[in-house]
Amino acid sequence: MSITYLEAIREAQAKLLRDDERVFIYGQDVGGTFGGAFKATKGLAKEFPARVLNTPISEDAIVGTAIGAAMQGMRPIVEMQFADFSSIALNQILNNAGTHYWRTNVPVPITVRLPSGGTKGSGPFHSQSMESIYAHYPGLIVMTPATVEDAYTMLIEAVAIDDPVIYCEHKYLYYHLKADKLPEKGLPTGRARIAREGRDLTIVSYSAMMQESLGAAEELAREGFEIEVVDLRTVKPLDTDTVLASVARTGRLLCVGESFPWGGATAEVIARVTNQGFHLLDAAPQRLNAKDTPIPYHPNLWSAHRPNAKKIAAKARALLRE
Amino acid sequence: MLQTAQRSAKSKTKKAAPPHDRFLEAFRWMLLARTLEEKLVSLYRGGLITGGVYIGKGQEAVSVACGLFLQEGDIFAPLIRDQAGRSAFGEPLIDVTRTYLGSRLGPMRGRDGNIHRGHPRNNELAMISHLGAMVSVTVGALMAKRFRGEKNFVGLACIGEGGMQTGAFHEGMNIAAVEQVPLVIVATNNHYAYSTPNDREFACHDLVDRAIGYGFEGYTVDGTDLAACLDVIGSAVKRARAGRPPQLVVASVLRLSGHGEHDDASYVPEEVKREPFARDCLKVAEQTILDLELLDAETLAEWRKEAAAQVDEAVAAAQKEPAPEGDKEDWCAYSMRDLVNSVE
Repeated sequence: MSITYLEAIREAQAKLLRDDERVFIYGQDVGGTFGGAFKATKGLAKEFPARVLNTPISEDAIVGTAIGAAMQGMRPIVEMQFADFSSIALNQILNNAGTHYWRTNVPVPITVRLPSGGTKGSGPFHSQSMESIYAHYPGLIVMTPATVEDAYTMLIEAVAIDDPVIYCEHKYLYYHLKADKLPEKGLPTGRARIAREGRDLTIVSYSAMMQESLGAAEELAREGFEIEVVDLRTVKPLDTDTVLASVARTGRLLCVGESFPWGGATAEVIARVTNQGFHLLDAAPQRLNAKDTPIPYHPNLWSAHRPNAKKIAAKARALLRE
Repeated sequence: MLQTAQRSAKSKTKKAAPPHDRFLEAFRWMLLARTLEEKLVSLYRGGLITGGVYIGKGQEAVSVACGLFLQEGDIFAPLIRDQAGRSAFGEPLIDVTRTYLGSRLGPMRGRDGNIHRGHPRNNELAMISHLGAMVSVTVGALMAKRFRGEKNFVGLACIGEGGMQTGAFHEGMNIAAVEQVPLVIVATNNHYAYSTPNDREFACHDLVDRAIGYGFEGYTVDGTDLAACLDVIGSAVKRARAGRPPQLVVASVLRLSGHGEHDDASYVPEEVKREPFARDCLKVAEQTILDLELLDAETLAEWRKEAAAQVDEAVAAAQKEPAPEGDKEDWCAYSMRDLVNSVE
């Protein structure tokens, strides 16, 4: 048997709906026989018609409704049709959900699923990676699963967490990643994972770029380099200890993310390592992000815009020479 | 006048039926709210309140009617000018003074101030400043009750004509009607969004006309007339509870203060202040009480004194309480602090 990243997300939701009456799924086109723009909820409305609900195109109100329900004891899962559209719900996510526990002592256990990142031909408004925006604001947990196994266990974990969780699922991984079976349990939330061991250079990444980084490590292995790849799994909280321990082994750090280059998760990792582990570094830490333009439509432009295994390997090669 | 007082003093039996059976009870909450807010204003002017003070002067009749008909289990989403409604709903005065004076013991513990307060566990939602945002939150709270199979509940969300122009409000109204939750939205048109008058806020003939476009039932009310507010808002609450579609009530008043106490509202022209909607609802209600001899002057004075005493007590208590301290604060925004602290 083989299961995809997308099927893992669907299976996690099926299990959550089955096991916990407080769970409901709320979003555009998630219900009926349709099951979502990417089919992440396909078939779920048939089994749970009262708890898999279509909504109007009202991202602000969708999240607001989830917040109100969560305050009253429910465990809503919101599906944004695309991560990009969560910008309409920023106010509810940042100013309502993110501040609520701190202000009132009452937590808001919502999970907001963001189909994130680029696929060919999707253009500026259906390709964005928003994790750095959400990580910047207090009160939110930001998950960025890079494997089928994590996609499954982390979504189950997200719903169990009492605080608001932004769950960034990568659209490119939906069909490209497969696993033999789903695990019962994953690493604890917030813990990074050494995805590949090495001693020459550390690549820190997450989500689809973690897979590209593994590709780069494979390419460099053929040239005799042993690259360690750290999968952050969640960008907030950020497992600085695991990253520092890896840099202590390798002395070189490259951070890779698909989001825009100004600030963000990769910059945060570098800031922390420089601050807490400057003595561990044999060369200036580097990072690789998408270009600082909107995400282009044409496949030629799109593949030039985002990092990929080849570009990561080139950047790593340069860093290895330093 | 003397004769009236003597006659009332002799016998406290009412000469006429009140214009609404909860008129006097509502009036008393209005009086308490006005007294409290006057005190807050003087504390602010004396430099004892940091941040700002935002009062509901002129809107107490509408506001009290919003809180008065809600029962245990109902959801209330008050806004900036809803002291009367919050009190009628059950918010203790000490919550107000603790929040304004920044006590560590208040519901917001110095982390948020003034009208940005609530008790979500008691179904009094804590507003954020971004107007319209609390409408959909109220919808979600009502859906949770429906999911659990509860019956006979209702939610009431307050808004102003300013907040009605936000995208969040539009989305909230629409999703409320789509979900057919038992919601009442009370919109108080106080004629100014901060300094901006109605003609730069919206261009429709009457805000209540929007009700039909969303699938709400719409009603208007003179917000300076307490009995009318009790009647119209009370009936809307009753209809929502009985399973009618969501209800919109649009009340007309004039904000009898600045946006906050830092604002002298000098932009409000004199002729607007002479409009019928500019009457002070508290004075109008008091006149009704005297005209109908619902209370004698002595009892009225007693009520005033009691309100002042309650307010003074709440202020004095909060003033004695410790302020939060930066180096002792728990600077973790997560309820699952172990999860975050074990990593960060």
